[in-house]
Amino acid sequence: MWRRTAPAIAVAVAALWAGDAAAYSVYVSNEKGNSITVIDSETLTVIKTVPVGRRPRGITISPDGKSLYIAASDEDGVEVIDTATMTVARTLQSGPDPELFILHPTGNPLYIANEDDAQVTVVDVDKNQILAQVPVGVEPEGMGISPDGGMLVNTSETTNMAHFIDTASFQVVDSVLVDSRPRFAEFNKDGSKLWVSAEVGGTVTVIDPKTRAILKRITFAIPGVTPEAIQPVGVRVTRDGKTAFAALGPANRVAVIDGNSFEVTKYLLVGQRVWQLAFTPDEKYLFATNGNSNDVSVIDVAAMKVIKTIPVGEAPWGVVVAPK
Amino acid sequence: MLNRRSALKVLNGAVVGLAAAAVFGPPAGAAAQAAPLEVTLGALMRKRPPPPLYEIDPVPPDEGAAGAALAAVDNNTTGRFTQQHYTLNQMVLEGGQAAPEAAAKLVDGGAGFLLVDLGPDELLAVVDALKGRDAVIFNVSAADDRLRGADCRGRLFHVAPSRAMLTDALAQYFAAKRWSKLFLIVGPKPGDALYAEAMRASARKFGLKIAAEKPWEFGPLARARGDSVTQADALVFTRGTDYDIMVVADEAGDFGDYIPFRTWDARLVAGTQGLVATSWHRAQDAWGSAQLQSRFYKEAKRFMRPVDYQAWTAMRAVGEAVTRLKSASPSAVADYLVSDAFQLAAFKGVPVTFRPWDRQLRQPILLAQPSAIVGVAPLPGFLHQRTVLDTLGTDLPETACHQT
Repeated sequence: MWRRTAPAIAVAVAALWAGDAAAYSVYVSNEKGNSITVIDSETLTVIKTVPVGRRPRGITISPDGKSLYIAASDEDGVEVIDTATMTVARTLQSGPDPELFILHPTGNPLYIANEDDAQVTVVDVDKNQILAQVPVGVEPEGMGISPDGGMLVNTSETTNMAHFIDTASFQVVDSVLVDSRPRFAEFNKDGSKLWVSAEVGGTVTVIDPKTRAILKRITFAIPGVTPEAIQPVGVRVTRDGKTAFAALGPANRVAVIDGNSFEVTKYLLVGQRVWQLAFTPDEKYLFATNGNSNDVSVIDVAAMKVIKTIPVGEAPWGVVVAPK
Repeated sequence: MLNRRSALKVLNGAVVGLAAAAVFGPPAGAAAQAAPLEVTLGALMRKRPPPPLYEIDPVPPDEGAAGAALAAVDNNTTGRFTQQHYTLNQMVLEGGQAAPEAAAKLVDGGAGFLLVDLGPDELLAVVDALKGRDAVIFNVSAADDRLRGADCRGRLFHVAPSRAMLTDALAQYFAAKRWSKLFLIVGPKPGDALYAEAMRASARKFGLKIAAEKPWEFGPLARARGDSVTQADALVFTRGTDYDIMVVADEAGDFGDYIPFRTWDARLVAGTQGLVATSWHRAQDAWGSAQLQSRFYKEAKRFMRPVDYQAWTAMRAVGEAVTRLKSASPSAVADYLVSDAFQLAAFKGVPVTFRPWDRQLRQPILLAQPSAIVGVAPLPGFLHQRTVLDTLGTDLPETACHQT
């Protein structure tokens, strides 16, 4: 950590000089602002705000960084934004009320959770064609995909399950019961573990994706915060699998979890009702959306500290960082 | 296209406009399955009397039933993955039909769980008639505190909030706003007296004062037409009292809506009208409620009402217990519902659970004006050693329920 000992001016100069290599665009969907806020990951300032369709929630980006996908829930479509011009290039069929989605690691197809209709819609993003609609539990939301793209996981909020879907046959091959209102599913980069958050249950369940056995049910306890306020939503795991982060909703904390022992090592204080998280590709920063304080907290991953809060649009929901 | 029609059957009496039984297949591609676990529930209610004249928001004929039907669809969607199938048999009682016989018929037909939307006396008659049968009964509409107190029964669960929970929720809000002097207007009907009694108890509990209390003696003025003659006495009868907020006890909605803007002093109105305490409200959209509201609207073609929500919650509580237990035994489900293991996501931001001492559903209570949510009780700062939800309603030390 050379930065800790370097004089402040040197840090600033170095940061500017290094800007070309490490500046990523961070995109935040503002659910009630009907807009996307673009943040520069190096200066940590808002570059621009772009209007999109009604109630943007899920947000992701193509592996080449050229296309930004927004689930405009109240428009019943997925908007594709050209990141060069930041305008809506086209709208994909999505099935009704798209909330969250995930791209295949190759960038196609897109797997969309249709919250009102108990199904997952699979869309070819190049041809704008629906390839399959897979019936799942009530209020599907969280979407995760194995790094090899073979296994899709969807969580259904009222059914309280993680459904394992074979991406070749589009069939549900297994379903694992977790705690109440599962919101999010995240694989380790080596495919060895699956993390599923349960918002009302207040837990994160770690599942072995091969055997579908539950490895651990992680609980949280924060002094001065009632257990009911601890509502895990977004989960992210570092590339090396050593650390996981879980956004705890109205507890206004991001939990830091040891990726092997599953012990909670720290709680980071962020804004109000923190929901979704995204790393920069170099994993230097983790961005957290705070839906009730209308801002984004920036976590320095190496230092495990919140270093800045950036005001964005109304009710920030999701966040994604450009790959380059 | 996914088949999402309900599994509701109407056995007797009036058909209430809901789709009949549907077939729920196993999820495509799942491994070959054994026969699904069949779970049969009954719903018992009385045919609604026609609405009074000039009712702006009449009770729909399928109130409650529509909520249970949606939960049956939800349970069956989950059941496709857990090999469980739920059937809801509904009985709508006409004029002279007796509730206990109808309830026994539902249980004879295989229902282990009954959702009952009846008044307190008929509800108790049903529960007592089923004594010794393996059946669990859910009270989905009666707010009477005695059902949770001296008249409680072992297999009777309450999903509807009690009057004490509703008035405690309002009292917490008044206390938080420091509106400590209440003017209570009590209607002529038996429920109004009970509501007033609950409000007095809540005032004592949260350190508020009843500065004045008057009976309402001017008739159902809220149902009067715009060109009716103004009743001078009704306009001045709140004069001469120092108070912070007017509280009306008018469960039938006959006069409460006449009071706002007609008080002598410029004061707000709460209670059964004005700012109300309720389990559900059409303006509620936090904690994923927007999804439940829109699913309900799609199925029922109207907004979800509190009794619909309560019936939905009862049906889902059974579904959740059966899913976790992998058993549809009513006695096993009853034991599970009051255990620490049970919790249900019910779109209120926190899990809802049952109080083991009186089997009342613990739940946040919404405080709402006609088209907006004003607050949610428990209000911040009202603490409890067990759960803050137990600041609402009758707590363990004061319970008069000694049936377990």
